Amino acid sequence: MSLRLFVSRDAGAVAVGADEVALALEQAAAKRDVAIEIVRTGSRGMYWLEPLVEVATPQGRIAFGPVTEADVPSLLDALANNTPHVLRLGATDEIPWLKRQTRLTFARCGVIDPRSLDDYRAHGGYKGLERALSLGSDAILNEVTASGLRGRGGAGFPTGIKWKTVAQAKADRKFIVCNADEGDSGTFADRMIMEGDPFLVIEGMTTAGITVGATKGYIYIRSEYPHAVEAMNAAILAARRGGYLGDKIGGSPYSFDLEVRVGAGAYVCGEETSLLESLEGRRGIVRAKPPLPAHHGLFGKPTVINNVLSFAAIPFILAEGAKAYADFGMGRSRGTMPIQLAGNIRHGGLFETAFGVTLGEFVDDIGGGTATGRPVRAVQVGGPLGAYFPRALFDTPFDYEAFAARDGLIGHGGIVVFDDSVDMRKQARFAMEFCAIESCGKCTPCRIGSTRGVETIEKIIRGERVSENLALVEDLCNTMKFGSLCALGGFTPYPVLSALKHFREDFAPAPTTLQAAE
Amino acid sequence: MTVVFEPWNETRGAEIIGEHANQEGATLVILHALQEAFGYVPEAAIPMVAQALNLSRAEVHGVFTFYHDFRHKPAGRHVLKLCRAEACQAAGGDALAAHAEAKLGVSLGNTTPDDRVTLEPIYCLGLCATAPSAMLDGRLVGRLDQQRLDALVAEAQR
Repeated sequence: MSLRLFVSRDAGAVAVGADEVALALEQAAAKRDVAIEIVRTGSRGMYWLEPLVEVATPQGRIAFGPVTEADVPSLLDALANNTPHVLRLGATDEIPWLKRQTRLTFARCGVIDPRSLDDYRAHGGYKGLERALSLGSDAILNEVTASGLRGRGGAGFPTGIKWKTVAQAKADRKFIVCNADEGDSGTFADRMIMEGDPFLVIEGMTTAGITVGATKGYIYIRSEYPHAVEAMNAAILAARRGGYLGDKIGGSPYSFDLEVRVGAGAYVCGEETSLLESLEGRRGIVRAKPPLPAHHGLFGKPTVINNVLSFAAIPFILAEGAKAYADFGMGRSRGTMPIQLAGNIRHGGLFETAFGVTLGEFVDDIGGGTATGRPVRAVQVGGPLGAYFPRALFDTPFDYEAFAARDGLIGHGGIVVFDDSVDMRKQARFAMEFCAIESCGKCTPCRIGSTRGVETIEKIIRGERVSENLALVEDLCNTMKFGSLCALGGFTPYPVLSALKHFREDFAPAPTTLQAAE
Repeated sequence: MTVVFEPWNETRGAEIIGEHANQEGATLVILHALQEAFGYVPEAAIPMVAQALNLSRAEVHGVFTFYHDFRHKPAGRHVLKLCRAEACQAAGGDALAAHAEAKLGVSLGNTTPDDRVTLEPIYCLGLCATAPSAMLDGRLVGRLDQQRLDALVAEAQR
């Protein structure tokens, strides 16, 4: 009997040696005359255990990790002879870090072969679309609205309302656009789902298409994600061959097709109107709103533009019903959120759970504190435009409103952990510098403000008229916050002001020699 | 694994442009295709793209210069990109970037005088749970430390 092994092909696993481990397994197996079959899956999201090797047994999959090439011979011996191994983690599904999660969107990620439409269908794929086809547009809109799903890209706008607006718009053509320009540092959920379960994104977008009456969709993927581009393109071809894209989807009267477009290294193109400009072949300059993309979007036509995770949540909602999704969560934040634990963290990875878990639980309990073992000092939540939170705010629950009430944002769900060696002046300066590099240049507060921000923070770092310059930075942040056209200039003040507010001691004037000597 | 590019050739350039010109919003698609073939977007290609898409030369030049990815001259034989975003900063990326700069004798965004290595910053490879990370000619490397970085630099310099 041949051994069936699972090794991730996710970029995060490949970056730490998954390809080498897979190759070594094949070579070692050939040498020993052991029959093996390696399925390259997505990642389970436990990155500190990657490369993770799983083996299929009658009792379910058993995991081993992190596996290096050097471990392969002994691992294969243990697998072939069913003997213990030091890297054995037990049944994958029983690993507490996975077991504690509520995986609705990521249920299949790391389990199935992302290149196989059959595997996707065998694990419940396309059940949502089948139900959607039987429901029709109005009923789908009711389901999506009732699920309480809010845009997972960061803005948290109700998806049902967005879709309804496009469905009601009259036009000769409408578009579905998937924002896969996941530029926030500390986030990788879009990448993981595109690489690990690409048909899910296709199913979600197809459902949007039949709901609003669009026949063409684009997935705009950042160029920094070549593995995701490859995975999505392969899945689109397979879906087309299987009759799930193109004319008469699944034998229905509906037609829908998809195309991948690749970005070119501009962070601002994650802003939806800038992304639309880029898709049209122009500079990624932000558009003033209104008109909203729902009325006047891609090529001037009504357009549903949603984040990868928003589309990826749709198949579950339709397959299991809105209530099954809305039963999770707290307040107005319904369902689950894939949280990404990153930076200086012991147990980094993807943790999907219902809204409501506190920041402290994520960082200390689930994440296990820092990788360096030093105390956690600051965590940035929500990417480069998100606030830095100190330990004192670790009781903040993951909920759109709770974070907003504390001058922060959930954004795309990334948590970047810093230990006590962090210099918050440097982080505040970087926030401004990043905005200056990535500003599209359309509005003055962002374009000029960010550069002045860098200069002023540098003065503070040098100890020049510190209190005066601190007041100036705060004033400048207010101008950017209220005067910028989009979230880039408008939210850059979050990391800066939060650093000033919660880590003021880093910005204090340098002590004189006399004080230091005391 | 040095990537070999074609030398610029107008006929070949026109062919590439023609392949994509009929797509809607084709500018970025064409610029990517040109760069993939030639390793950069030659100046001479800009008016050709403009003509094919019925745009002004200024419009195409504007698109070309807006995006960080597009090069106006070939990169070094190897391109080493270091992630410089927050998650990698939190995991010691600053020191590694300084180390790479010292080793190669160039600052981020530059090519060594012998044209062997281009060292570039990249803002997030999405490998934030195995930070710090880097990419050498399209190959991803996570859990970067000084030893791994030295190996990458040595490989790039070969």
